[in-house]
Amino acid sequence: MKFGSKLIHNGYEIDKTTGALSTPIYQVSTYHQDINVPQEYDYSRSGNPTRKALEETIAILESGKRGFAFASGMAAISSALSIFSSGDHIIVCEDVYGGTYRITTTFFQRFNLEVTFADASNLDNIKNSIKKNTKAIFLETPSNPLLKITDIKGAVKIAKDNGLLVLIDNTFMSPYLQRPLELGCDIVIHSATKFIGGHSDVIAGLVVVKDEALARRVYSVQNGFGAILGPQDSWLLLRGIKTLKVRLDYQQQNAIKLSEWLSKNPNVKKVYYPGLSDHPGREINEGQADGPGAVLSFEAKDDDTAKRFMKNVKLAAVAVSLGGVETIVSYPAKMSHAAFPKHERERLGIKDSLIRVSAGLEDIDDLIEDFARAFEE
Amino acid sequence: MVLDGNEKKLNIDTKVVHGGKCFDPLTGAVSIPIYQSATFRHPGLNQTTGYDYSRLQNPTREEVENTLAYLENGSNAFAFSSGMAAISTVLSLFSPGQHIVVSDDLYGGTYRLFEEIYKKYGIDFTYVDTSKIEEIEASLNENTAAIFIETPSNPTMKVADIKLIADLAKKRNILTIVDNTFLTPLFQRPLDLGADIVVHSATKYLGGHNDTLAGFVVVNDVNLAERLKLIQKSEGAVLSPFDSWLILRGIKTLSVRLLKQQENAIAIAKWLKSNNNVEKVYYVGLPEHEGYEISKKQATGFGAMLSFTVKDEALVEKILERVKLIMFAESLGGVETLITYPIVQTHSAIPKEIRDRIGVNEKLLRLSVGIENAEDIINDLEQAMSF
Repeated sequence: MKFGSKLIHNGYEIDKTTGALSTPIYQVSTYHQDINVPQEYDYSRSGNPTRKALEETIAILESGKRGFAFASGMAAISSALSIFSSGDHIIVCEDVYGGTYRITTTFFQRFNLEVTFADASNLDNIKNSIKKNTKAIFLETPSNPLLKITDIKGAVKIAKDNGLLVLIDNTFMSPYLQRPLELGCDIVIHSATKFIGGHSDVIAGLVVVKDEALARRVYSVQNGFGAILGPQDSWLLLRGIKTLKVRLDYQQQNAIKLSEWLSKNPNVKKVYYPGLSDHPGREINEGQADGPGAVLSFEAKDDDTAKRFMKNVKLAAVAVSLGGVETIVSYPAKMSHAAFPKHERERLGIKDSLIRVSAGLEDIDDLIEDFARAFEE
Repeated sequence: MVLDGNEKKLNIDTKVVHGGKCFDPLTGAVSIPIYQSATFRHPGLNQTTGYDYSRLQNPTREEVENTLAYLENGSNAFAFSSGMAAISTVLSLFSPGQHIVVSDDLYGGTYRLFEEIYKKYGIDFTYVDTSKIEEIEASLNENTAAIFIETPSNPTMKVADIKLIADLAKKRNILTIVDNTFLTPLFQRPLDLGADIVVHSATKYLGGHNDTLAGFVVVNDVNLAERLKLIQKSEGAVLSPFDSWLILRGIKTLSVRLLKQQENAIAIAKWLKSNNNVEKVYYVGLPEHEGYEISKKQATGFGAMLSFTVKDEALVEKILERVKLIMFAESLGGVETLITYPIVQTHSAIPKEIRDRIGVNEKLLRLSVGIENAEDIINDLEQAMSF
């Protein structure tokens, strides 16, 4: 079955008791039990039928063994990182999401999880960062906000040779465009708030693992730490997933057109988008993903132009987050990457003139008209 | 509406994403809050925030109502707890002794409401083929107060010429009511063509996920709006805040869903035409369809509903048993492809003589095409229809 059909038909499209075409929302904390018979559900932190439908659905879509749903993308990342122990070392791609940067450099430091940041778009940097206690590589590709591409298979090979796990944040691509477990990764993480939920109305995170042993490790954190997703939000994600393909197809098409239009605009110095022919890593992305996605960034010709654009843009929402039906423009220096120190941000190329665009479902003519007007003085 | 301002009108696929208000003015939230509140505190005696009690108005329902009015180019919209509640509210505009001309190829629930409920109150109905203007004209009498049409009709996809009917109705001071469920404002905006009232079962394409029941009435006339508002608040068949919010959420993807569904429907209609077990395919998007030209004139799309007859009645049961991906269920317009057997499901309330006249027979099946991959849907039909 093709991916677009799997979104609708994956074993959870019909309620087995009533035939309902929508998974019931089991808004329940506990379950009546027969003490003589073991049963699947006893308490909703440990398991809930609505959450399970979501977890199994994402596992199927990511070609994984098991899925886990969390209360936010950061809860998913933190829970996945909690399978490691004090003294372990992990290598993290350097222009990772600001929230991931913050938690690995503060919270996890208290538990002595050692972290090295490396530019993973050059595999040698990963290789050179490996130490005796290295246990894992944490990747994001395309990266945020500069859309740098990491060669997933290349990174997996280095990891396998050195007995390391590969964790990958697949938020920007979603399983529709990229399935890292099929490329050899071990754990896929999502901020499901973005493309998977898709409507800017739910905060959620997902983890999918490739085998049962890893599933046991992640489950023990999920059940023990308890940063689980509620039944209502689980159901909203299931609803969002049904339109993942039609949304992303259209958003990607808009992103391609916007990137081309921005490339020709005199107010723009540089456009970062894996769909552009001169984007570094474009070929690698084409080899490992089914499309360039719907997020792009651009550098305005100067800081004032960037600020003017952010002030004047009307149709697009000026906001953090991405992946929703509405076009969102954000200002990484003050929003998603504000957690990075200024010098570090500048070293990474996250300048004050950089704007990130998450293309929505609006008509492209309306978007271009809005952007053109926003640049005007 | 917030975005339209003095600027050029936005395209419909942009309008569906942003809706009426675009965001919550208080917090900037890009998703409108669910005001799960029955009542509202008054600032003082004889003072109101504009909201007093949620049957009268609720901020979440107000947003979905404004969004529908915006999309249908109407002045006011009203949200109800089901499509039938919406239609029933419209019928409450009329009085005993009045007469309404209705499309004979009609959703069975509407027929039942008219015949079993409103006939008792003294309203008369005549059912005619509304794709033929002369049949409408011949059925008018001095008491005729409205013409109620479904176009494309359900399930044989007849197309009525909305403008022609509205022009005729206006001359005689008759209201034109259009059930726009099948095409939605994305493809067809009857108020622009002269209709007075648009009704929707929003359970279908507007909601789009087979998970919410809802209905709408949209008008472009303040006087009609006032009469409808009175019925809505008095009878109270209002849409709940959470369901209002789910419909708002559904509308955001209306364009991408329906375009994909239509693309799939075209592919399936062509495939069905070439199948040996199929006798006739009813799909407005086929150039040989009787209503193809009118449809191109008054709508920007053909929709994703199609029906077909098989050559032998005995095949029906087998097909319904064998389909795997396609689900055998009532309703339509959701992301999943559904197959329906109108004679026993949606149209069982309609008497045999009308059914026979319009072609709803034992061999007719209806498909509501979903957003799955077209090849997978066709493969499923192929395995179900190979005998």
